[in-house]
Amino acid sequence: MNELLHFRTPLRTTPFHPRTAALNRLNRWSPWAGYTTALCYGDTAMEHSAIRNAASLYDLCPMVKYRITGPQAEAFLDRLTVRSVARLAPGAAQYTIWCDDEGRLLDDGTLFRHGPQDFLLTCQERHLPWLLDSAAGYDVAIADVTADVAALALQGPCAAWVLREAGFDVAALAPFRLADFPFDEDRITISRTGFTGDLGYELWMKPWQALPLWDLLMRAGAPRGLRPVGSEALDIARIEAGFLLTNADFVPADQAVREDRVRSPFELGLDWLIDWEKGHFTGRRALLAERDGGTSNWALVGLDVEGNISAAGSLLYLDRRHEAGHVTSACWSPTLKRSIALAQIRRPFDRIDRLWVEIYALRELQYAKLMMRVRPAPRPFFVHPRRRATPPGDW
Amino acid sequence: MGTTWDAVVIGAGHNGLVTACYLARAGLRVCVVEKNDWVGGAAVSRELFPGFTYSNCSYVSSLFRPEIMRDLELPRHGLQILPYEGGAVFRKGGGYLAMFRDHDANRREFARHSPRDAEAYDRYARDVLRHCRFIRPLLMRTPPDPSSFRPRDIAELAWLGRQVAGLSERQIAQMIRFWTMSIADFLDEYFENPVIKAYLAVSAIIGTALGPMSPGSAYVLLHHYMGDVDGNIGAWGFARGGMGAITRALASSLRAAGGEILTGRGVERILVRGGRATGVVLQGGDEIRARRVVSNMDVKRTFLRHVEERELPEDFVRRVRSFRTRGSSGKLNIALDALPRFTALPEGAPMIRGDLHFTDSIERMERAYDDWKAGRFSRDPFQDCMIPTTIDPTMTPPGKHFMSCFVQYAPPRIAGRDWTDADRDAFGETCLNQIAEYAPGFRDLVLHVEVRTPRELEAEVGLTEGNIFQGELTFDQLLFNRPVPGYAQYRSPIRDLWMCGSSTHPGGGVMGAPGRNAAAEILREMKLPAGMSDAYAVL
Amino acid sequence: MTARSVIVIGGGTNGLACAHRLATAGRRVTVLEAAPAMGGGAAAAEFHPGHVAPALAHLVTGLDPRVSAAMALARHGLALSAPLPTTVLAADGAHRTIAAEGGGASGPDAAAWAALHRRLAAHARALAPFRLLPPPRLSRPAPGEALTLARLALGLRRTGREAFRDLLRLLLINVADVAEDELSDDLLRGALAFDATLGSRLGPRSPNSLILYLDRLAAGGTAHWPQGGMASVAQAMTRACAAAGVTLRTGARVRRITVTGDRAAGVELASGEMLAADLVVSAIGPRSTFRSLVGPAPLDAGFFRDAGHIRSRGAAAKLHLALTGMPDFRGADPRARLLVAPSVDAVETAFNPVKYGEVPDRPVMEIVLPSAHEPGHAPEGRHTLSAILQYAPHDPPDREAARARMLAGALAVLEDHAPGLGALVAHAELLMPWDIEDRFGMEGGNWHHGELAVERMLFLRPLPDCARYSTPLPGLWLAGAGSHPGGGITGTPGWNAAARIIETGA
Repeated sequence: MNELLHFRTPLRTTPFHPRTAALNRLNRWSPWAGYTTALCYGDTAMEHSAIRNAASLYDLCPMVKYRITGPQAEAFLDRLTVRSVARLAPGAAQYTIWCDDEGRLLDDGTLFRHGPQDFLLTCQERHLPWLLDSAAGYDVAIADVTADVAALALQGPCAAWVLREAGFDVAALAPFRLADFPFDEDRITISRTGFTGDLGYELWMKPWQALPLWDLLMRAGAPRGLRPVGSEALDIARIEAGFLLTNADFVPADQAVREDRVRSPFELGLDWLIDWEKGHFTGRRALLAERDGGTSNWALVGLDVEGNISAAGSLLYLDRRHEAGHVTSACWSPTLKRSIALAQIRRPFDRIDRLWVEIYALRELQYAKLMMRVRPAPRPFFVHPRRRATPPGDW
Repeated sequence: MGTTWDAVVIGAGHNGLVTACYLARAGLRVCVVEKNDWVGGAAVSRELFPGFTYSNCSYVSSLFRPEIMRDLELPRHGLQILPYEGGAVFRKGGGYLAMFRDHDANRREFARHSPRDAEAYDRYARDVLRHCRFIRPLLMRTPPDPSSFRPRDIAELAWLGRQVAGLSERQIAQMIRFWTMSIADFLDEYFENPVIKAYLAVSAIIGTALGPMSPGSAYVLLHHYMGDVDGNIGAWGFARGGMGAITRALASSLRAAGGEILTGRGVERILVRGGRATGVVLQGGDEIRARRVVSNMDVKRTFLRHVEERELPEDFVRRVRSFRTRGSSGKLNIALDALPRFTALPEGAPMIRGDLHFTDSIERMERAYDDWKAGRFSRDPFQDCMIPTTIDPTMTPPGKHFMSCFVQYAPPRIAGRDWTDADRDAFGETCLNQIAEYAPGFRDLVLHVEVRTPRELEAEVGLTEGNIFQGELTFDQLLFNRPVPGYAQYRSPIRDLWMCGSSTHPGGGVMGAPGRNAAAEILREMKLPAGMSDAYAVL
Repeated sequence: MTARSVIVIGGGTNGLACAHRLATAGRRVTVLEAAPAMGGGAAAAEFHPGHVAPALAHLVTGLDPRVSAAMALARHGLALSAPLPTTVLAADGAHRTIAAEGGGASGPDAAAWAALHRRLAAHARALAPFRLLPPPRLSRPAPGEALTLARLALGLRRTGREAFRDLLRLLLINVADVAEDELSDDLLRGALAFDATLGSRLGPRSPNSLILYLDRLAAGGTAHWPQGGMASVAQAMTRACAAAGVTLRTGARVRRITVTGDRAAGVELASGEMLAADLVVSAIGPRSTFRSLVGPAPLDAGFFRDAGHIRSRGAAAKLHLALTGMPDFRGADPRARLLVAPSVDAVETAFNPVKYGEVPDRPVMEIVLPSAHEPGHAPEGRHTLSAILQYAPHDPPDREAARARMLAGALAVLEDHAPGLGALVAHAELLMPWDIEDRFGMEGGNWHHGELAVERMLFLRPLPDCARYSTPLPGLWLAGAGSHPGGGITGTPGWNAAARIIETGA
């Protein structure tokens, strides 16, 4: 296609589009990082059920991917992110975050180590200028490979079974490990990672391998009810898992127009990721000062909401009166049969058990205003031993 | 004319009309006198070629304050602002960079030139937006006098202090840098691609006697960006029916409120008795008596031509003389037989409906400015070309088009002497040839062209030296310095003589804020309710 | 307890001033200078057999009186001439003279010049105290600081309502507008335009250019010839430092600043020698300090990026001529500071090309004849001319061609003002900005170690995060011209930095 004509189709389609488009009965799409992605193929509840009960396929291609290589790739990443990269072995992956100079969160993502000098960083938002600026002075190459790597999430209790049926023996693959597998006269990478908090894998391949692999998996998974899922179903699963979503639960610091919107790892409950001993990383001094000074203003907490109405987009009140924070993500959890939420709460109200949420529930063109009690709940809301069991069982 | 008006406004430009409307709606008997046979000042639609409506001075709108449109019910009086889409800068030797409203399309377009810059644009846009959000609330406020100890000035300074105190130290530092640096240096901190930089630098030079490498030019960018069309900061639009639609609606609103407009009546001088303004003497000798006189003319015209020097403090006159109003731009208004075909643009490209530039590097822009400094028009000028008829069908016969080309730089005088017709024609040729370089056959489409240099602009609109902002936008002429330190609150040294033009805060562009602020000051002094909606909050 | 040790990188006037003050306060100080002699830009060199010229700076302007007093520079051998008058050269020989103290000028504009000078000098006096303080913080100043600031602000306001308004208007104005408003004599206009933009990368029509003139006045404004030449400044400072117990090492080029446990711990020399210290103070350019000596690892990425954005484009070249006789500048006193800046436009026209990496046809310049002041700068009967030429591109595409053009242009201008000078030239040395960088380590050849412009003044200099001499890296401080209040032979940044170090107990 003539690249000059992109104005006619500002959104790209992913390598899976021929299949996903055929399956998207409702034709419900949404833009994600410049790509068209399915919101829902037919029935969000059934799709969510596949994630928790059988197996699901989710088109991950728009996930932003940077390949980072070179003799100083490890040193570069150790300065970029807050976790120790030196301790990440080749063949392993880690959930990680990175901050700006003030220790405010820029994004979270997953870092895959393919080799001593070869990494893949995946995240929600684009960060090329920040990565390149951070790379100044390092012998490292950074390439945006979003369009060069097609990706698929295969999640659900039967995910390992489906892979085995498809000819990929992932029995030995522990959580946050990855391995290469032969496929179609080439190789693909399978990592035991995901965004559902369940047993699951992510498959990384070249774009031309996308359709054959999709077809293979769909065939192999049919007996166990494998089905494609859209972003709506995935979002419920990730809230059940207690995972944060960029630009839902926090605004990346480099995007925030309003200065009070930025958050530190302490304020998002992500400070456990910080390796204070590994040496300097961007934001370390600011974070140290925040830790020692106790100057965090916010807390991100999981909430158990009374009743069965989703609290999405609601404000939180202390004693029903004083505004104390806001819900960032929420849903009615079909798995847990309760209403759950992630919320940012102004400290110290996160420690006071007198919080209420004001919900505006739309019912037949009219909002019902509810004031519901909320209680802090441990995250993840949903846990199952199958998530970590190695070798994985056939659940 | 035996009556004594509550206020006479000199000049029916958009600011004069805005002031008059607010005063009339507050119950004052208001008369506007205008030297031309039509209203509008520099916001006019004129039929200079049969069947073609020209926006022959100002040509786009974004800055016009929506609060004013609402207060004065301008949509009811026929005003419609149409948003338009992006634009393009053509590269010398082929190719282009386009700008789209759609974020994804825009990113892909930038990525064609530089993947890094495509993403850097987001941070750039965020930072500029932050500066806009800070400055926007200042537009509709009377600047405080920092040298005054009056409660209102102190309260206003305190308000300003609180605005600043709400920012982080880093943010304040960034803001001060942004206000004082050059757009070229500013863009260098974000971008690597020269075409992207050239495109983004445009707003920093439009209408100013600065080059993109002049410190302070980044602020000018802000001045152009802080407008909004439908809440979209930085977005621009056309007035349906040409820019005259704005002033026509204002005139209609004024008449509905009981105000009067006398056209074809130039003012000879402002009457001053006992240190107070008491009216105006029209050319031909008629007198109009009024309890107060409001001048929409620029500050130099008002005080150096229409007020006796002996009525003014010596120091004030000196300061007015040194107020900089050097024109920097010219304009071509072209009637076209058909839509021009720019070879670089693919079929159906929407950019033709936006602004089109031919200056693909900051260096070319700066060299164009060097010509201006040397007292000649730019040999390789910067042009901002628009074809509003691609969006607004009311301006020409079907199939025909009106093209507006804003040109920089054109000095107020050529090598120390006045412009001649030959100079003007050579200037026009230079511009037309530049367009034809990118659109072969363009010259054959031209049915009529009006070439305007600062000389024409001064002669028609009355802008001294043809400066479209009624005074340059450099810090020594902004805020409490505009137009003269100590007289930045719309008052003049003469009692009952007020200023409401773009020479006053917050300056030029078809914004209306000076007119509204002046009306607010007048009504406040009269202890009358202003009847103004609050400035829209920046949430 | 043993005295805390400090390494000062860079033995220019600021490094030496800083070292002296710290040593006096009981620190164990070592100054490391890469060149064979101390002095940095304040030095002299024999560029042709028997001809000695100031290596870079050729006059002393604004030497901080706190520094000369505390270092007892006079006792250590520094003797400055009486302030030099300025002669603005006219092609027709009708030169204008500006009195040494700045107030009086000859020619038709004498009264206007005096009035303008009074006005600007008053503004400069109000601003002068800011030079001597660390830049104020933008928010949450310490109580004592807040008081000082309030007093200074009140001082500004107390200059009178009109003066205050005038200052606010002039603060960010361009010097050309002021020159054209207040003066009618092209030569004096040109002189004002030249002095405002000397050492900057601004033309007189660039907004924010007048404040540089106010800053020059605030620093003292008068120009002096140091007896014995420019090297005598460095020598006196060196002697003062030695007397205060400072260890002075020349030929000691620092390769990198070492970091241990999130703190600057010392330096590694180019020789491989490792030196440890409790504090490292860098009096060299901030950009090279962070980007080259510290490197990215111990710094935050945003800060490291911003450090790379410190612009340091030099725009002045330095010309040294060995002359076989005394040139005649149409009767001008050869011991005056001679300016070739015939009009505002001449200065602006000389500025235009450097924006594009090109060379002006007719540079403007400040000329000093060392051999006219005292013997020792040229063999008997011969003379040495030193000139600062504006403007020169810092990185033209063809450096040698640019140098040749620059030299030809400068010699042509000189010939116009001193007919026959060309025939006297036995040798010419032209230091373009990159030569200045090579020789003195000043990045881009900019003698402010980073362009001096409003966007990089006070709390913005060199970066907001290190504007108060301390840096984000604990144990590392800045003390050079790249910090507030900027370059010149003043010693002020070094002195201020030392004050902060002592005050904070670092």
